[in-house]
Amino acid sequence: MEITSLLSISLGAILVNNFIFSQFLGCCPFLGVSKKLDTAMGMGIAVTFVMGLASAITWIVNEFILVKFDLLYMQTVVFILVIAALVQFIEMFLQKSMPALYTALGIYLPLITTNCAVLGVALLNVQNQYNFIESTVYGITGGLGFLLAIVLFAAVRERNVFADCPKCFEGFPIALITAGLMALSFMGFSGLSVWG
Amino acid sequence: MNNIVIAILVLGIMGGVFGLILAIASKVFEVKKDPREEEILGHLAGANCGGCGFAGCSACAAAIVAGKAPVNACAPAGGENAAAIAQIMGVSVGATEKKVAFVRCNGGTNAKKRYEYRGVKDCIGATKIAAGPLDCSFGCLGFGSCVEACKFGAMSIGPNGTAVADPEKCTDCMACAAACPRKLITAVPYASKVHVACSNKDKGKAATSVCAASCIGCGLCEKNCKFDAIHVTDNLAVIDYAKCKNCKVCTKVCPRGAISPIPTPEEKEKFKAVMKAQAEKKAEAAAAAKAAEDAPKA
Repeated sequence: MEITSLLSISLGAILVNNFIFSQFLGCCPFLGVSKKLDTAMGMGIAVTFVMGLASAITWIVNEFILVKFDLLYMQTVVFILVIAALVQFIEMFLQKSMPALYTALGIYLPLITTNCAVLGVALLNVQNQYNFIESTVYGITGGLGFLLAIVLFAAVRERNVFADCPKCFEGFPIALITAGLMALSFMGFSGLSVWG
Repeated sequence: MNNIVIAILVLGIMGGVFGLILAIASKVFEVKKDPREEEILGHLAGANCGGCGFAGCSACAAAIVAGKAPVNACAPAGGENAAAIAQIMGVSVGATEKKVAFVRCNGGTNAKKRYEYRGVKDCIGATKIAAGPLDCSFGCLGFGSCVEACKFGAMSIGPNGTAVADPEKCTDCMACAAACPRKLITAVPYASKVHVACSNKDKGKAATSVCAASCIGCGLCEKNCKFDAIHVTDNLAVIDYAKCKNCKVCTKVCPRGAISPIPTPEEKEKFKAVMKAQAEKKAEAAAAAKAAEDAPKA
């Protein structure tokens, strides 16, 4: 395993195959909590945190339980179970040991349990046959890609509120159009490969 | 058949293990929370308006328990709930008078405009361009920053273009006052009906030139008040709510219509007629008294 392969995984997860703009995973929090920049930031950080941890744990579960018992067809349901338990555990752990981080992440942490980007990253790790380190890196950088996308989008939406747009487009419609245009611009990264 | 058994076993065991871990974790990582916090939260308004100065209702409840906020910190919840919270905390709270927001401006269409503002529909934004589109540097801009700030639907832009607070819906959270760049919104007693609807502290001539409904500090209200409840300070009439009896004489004597409720022309005419009749009666009585005084001499 080379460092360049990790870098190319990172670049791919953040820009080229951005979870939101090119894989369309995790769109619900992307649209739901992007009205304000600081809440978007909180959600992005929480997703990054959970995606990184979930990638590592699900890799272990997949490798040592599912592959061993020849149960690969149960990946989805097992991963959901693992992620839900993991998020609950993290929440309890943070509340006790890091109250500052717990209040910063706030309501977003339990919301992530049902985030498809987290399940998506677990399944993609298996699909791409990543090893443990690659999986973890893919999880964290995928989360960073989500963070980048939601922060950019929230910044645009905050300004959109004051824009003079036709009545029928006000609010959600213009946000969806904005998301579409941003996805289009991220398509510009497709084919980008620096480290092979 | 074997496959199914293995699948069920693996998933069942995993579920059981996770459940056990979570059960243990909930004991190990238990955070003791003051049960009073939850109780108090139930007595707060629950609108997360931020009027108390804390991030939200739960933050306010935590602050009350910690003793960092008074038990009546939540104005929207009202006196009844403040008393309930005081009971939870074991302290007493003085009777709180219900207050509501009042916008001290009736300019709007009465006020002269310097230019037409077409920017962002926001009062703070409007004040950033040459100190706002109004000639009056005290007046309501009417772009509704307070309407936006109100979580209770109590603020609206009135028919003449100034913000108006609905005393029935207002909960005295005063989020609107914080949003107003002109600081026009003050808390007034709910029971009081008469308010000075102007904040212009310019001298008479300057105040006249910028708005048709401005207080010019002429002092007529002060002279006509029977209860010594209204005084002109800094070229602006101010009502002392402790003394005001809501007789509304000042609203009718005001030549500028700057005291709310603003009387209609008919009401004003009627008032004038009454005053004239009273003055005539007085003059007659004085004449009669004088005649009576003169009579014995003759």
